[in-house]
Amino acid sequence: MVTWSEVVLTALGLGALFAALMTVVLSLTWLERKLLARIQRRAGPSVVGPHGLLQPVADAIKLLTKEDVRPADAPRFLFWFAPVMVVLPSYMLWVIIPFGDGLLVRAMELGLIYLIALSVLEVVGLLLAGWGSASKYSLLGGFRAAAQLVSYEIPIIIVIIAVAVFVQSLDLRDVVGGHATTIAGRTMSYAGQGGVPLALVMPLGLVVLFIAGLAELGRTPFDIHHAESEVVGGPFVEYSGAHWAVFYLAEYMNTFFIATLTVLLFFGGWSWPSPASVLGDSAPPLAVNALGAAWLMAKVYAVAGVIFWFRGTYPRLRIDQLMAFGWQVLIPLSFANLILVATVLYYGWPTWTLPLISVPLLAVVARVAFRRYADPRKMKTVRMFTRSTRADGETVLAPQAGES
Amino acid sequence: MTARVPGAAGSPQTLDMMVNMGPQHPATHGVFRMELAIDGERVVGLIPHIGYLHRGSEKLCEHEIYSQIITLFDRLDYVSNFNNELGLVLAVEKLMEIQVPERASYVRMILCELNRIASHLLFVGTFALDAGAMTPSLYTFRDREMIQALFEATSGARMMHNFFRVGGIKEDVADDFVVRVDRLLGELERGIDEVDGMLSFGEVLLARTKGVGVISGPDAIDWGMSGPCLRASNVPYDVRIDEPYCLYDRVEFGVPVGTQGDSWDRYYTRVVEMRESVKIVRQCLAQLQPGPIMAQLRRIARPPKGEVYAHAENPRGDFGVYIVSDGGERPYRLKVRPPSYCNLMPLRDLVVGSYIADAVVILGSLDIVLGEVDR
Repeated sequence: MVTWSEVVLTALGLGALFAALMTVVLSLTWLERKLLARIQRRAGPSVVGPHGLLQPVADAIKLLTKEDVRPADAPRFLFWFAPVMVVLPSYMLWVIIPFGDGLLVRAMELGLIYLIALSVLEVVGLLLAGWGSASKYSLLGGFRAAAQLVSYEIPIIIVIIAVAVFVQSLDLRDVVGGHATTIAGRTMSYAGQGGVPLALVMPLGLVVLFIAGLAELGRTPFDIHHAESEVVGGPFVEYSGAHWAVFYLAEYMNTFFIATLTVLLFFGGWSWPSPASVLGDSAPPLAVNALGAAWLMAKVYAVAGVIFWFRGTYPRLRIDQLMAFGWQVLIPLSFANLILVATVLYYGWPTWTLPLISVPLLAVVARVAFRRYADPRKMKTVRMFTRSTRADGETVLAPQAGES
Repeated sequence: MTARVPGAAGSPQTLDMMVNMGPQHPATHGVFRMELAIDGERVVGLIPHIGYLHRGSEKLCEHEIYSQIITLFDRLDYVSNFNNELGLVLAVEKLMEIQVPERASYVRMILCELNRIASHLLFVGTFALDAGAMTPSLYTFRDREMIQALFEATSGARMMHNFFRVGGIKEDVADDFVVRVDRLLGELERGIDEVDGMLSFGEVLLARTKGVGVISGPDAIDWGMSGPCLRASNVPYDVRIDEPYCLYDRVEFGVPVGTQGDSWDRYYTRVVEMRESVKIVRQCLAQLQPGPIMAQLRRIARPPKGEVYAHAENPRGDFGVYIVSDGGERPYRLKVRPPSYCNLMPLRDLVVGSYIADAVVILGSLDIVLGEVDR
């Protein structure tokens, strides 16, 4: 039976969560712009507030007061509903994400299933936006988003399953907090138990999750569905003002989500290195919790920084290459990871056998992929010619000595 | 193009979608417009539209004296202005049989090669943008800006220089010109290496450009392509070597020639060309001697009756100028052979059958400038 106090508490929690998320999103946009500027030898935002810190606020005000335009041919309901459909799942994801021991709106034992279910929903909104904009670029972008998001959801799900198998729980608090799990008569030890974070145990899973996460976010090098130079912004091309701001919000909330998920699953969340052991046993629980949350956020921002760094570095893949990479590389890798984890657990091999097998496997796959595209033997396609005099006295271009 | 039989190419019963790319699209480099017929992500048809930037430059030339035409030529290929000016003055000088002073020729070569580097830098930046990488463009613009600062110090303008004259150059370069150029070259070399290292051999760029938009050597010749686009298709042809103008026969330099004829070769020949241009400028600086900068001429050039064709190697290719003179101080007819226009010709053959994303990369790799295509 749901009591009124529970309802009120949950509502308060949701409100606090929203406020926190908004703050995070604004800070992330600032961080991204500053980092990109740093990479690109620019100043970045620097006028509004110290170091441009208030620039996101100024942007938000500008977007919210801007005229909202709907193309004449766009179906009214679909066009206005699409942003809501994108942002709602992104927001609902956060309900079960723990920022610390007990620092969450709603605990859920099947939390990982909930995450998987909700994160797929976003694609519906993108498709609606693509279709409902009555623009061909939007439509192309919408379909690209659908193909991409659905494909890359699979490796993410399988990695999450592998983690769940390893931890023997679908509850995110267990993944991070690490209750002692006894499998085949042996106690598993990881992050929360003073052990190592899962990243060292399951490096293959981390790599697959991070890359697939980039694709799920539509971030470079997988920013196919809003590819500026091709479909000019994809599903969002016709949106302006507050509705565009909502898409923007969802995008950064998702970036934050993937970064948080990576940290929670693979970098020990708030419990590694253990705040309690750092502060000593006599520390008040509040301080322990605060330190844990701070650690979590520091790690999340570091991962987000890496995502932004990618954006400043890579060109964009083509849609067929993206799909091929997803289906031919990432999905088999994620399955290999799952099978490895299951095998190690079933036969009760020591935990270190996991990275021992998966790191060479990863190296081989990376090598093959590298050879496929960047084989040094195939690289030398441009030869140098120089001026030379032919037998009949004519001046011509001939291959330089040493060039075949 | 829309009249394709539905379901012909093994696809289900679907009609092609027409997508209009340009004239205002981030990837069309100006005001080029492509009508794409697409089947999913595949391009099955393409109708290019040019002429949005048509200003009737050639006709305008008939009403200007030669020194005024130089300003019009600045505005043809508006990222390699010195090279355009050179094409015109070479033609008039050829018709009038003028011997240009050595110092003027060297300064022309230095400025033209620097302009080639500036133009190729712009290409590398925009090509990276087309492929989805935003950072290289900011690096190349930094280096291009240094070149333009030098141009501004030399000619007074960043882009529309109006600096070359029939018989020489407008005025002598500043005393610190050699020192400045020398310092600039060092910085350019560093900048080129930086961008090359960041972009050229990255797996993603290779995946996007290798084998994309392949054109064979004979086809490229048939279409009238020239410059790096032609050389990427394994055709060793460079006006600077084959028909040397200015004093190019006095400098040693290499010409990069590709073997595949794909977008990556078109990209990389340009990167290598920039390094060779640096070498040319170094040699010119070493050979630059004090002396006159203008041939002895009457104030207003008045070529004899006759016709002439002269061409020079622009950053984009073989830039030709054909002048018919009736003996007056204005040309009777002036025709430009625009390398961008000729390089653009095979676009449909290159793009049809590839992906939408490839269309953008291929167009970028041809490196057209609409000011010159439309004139």
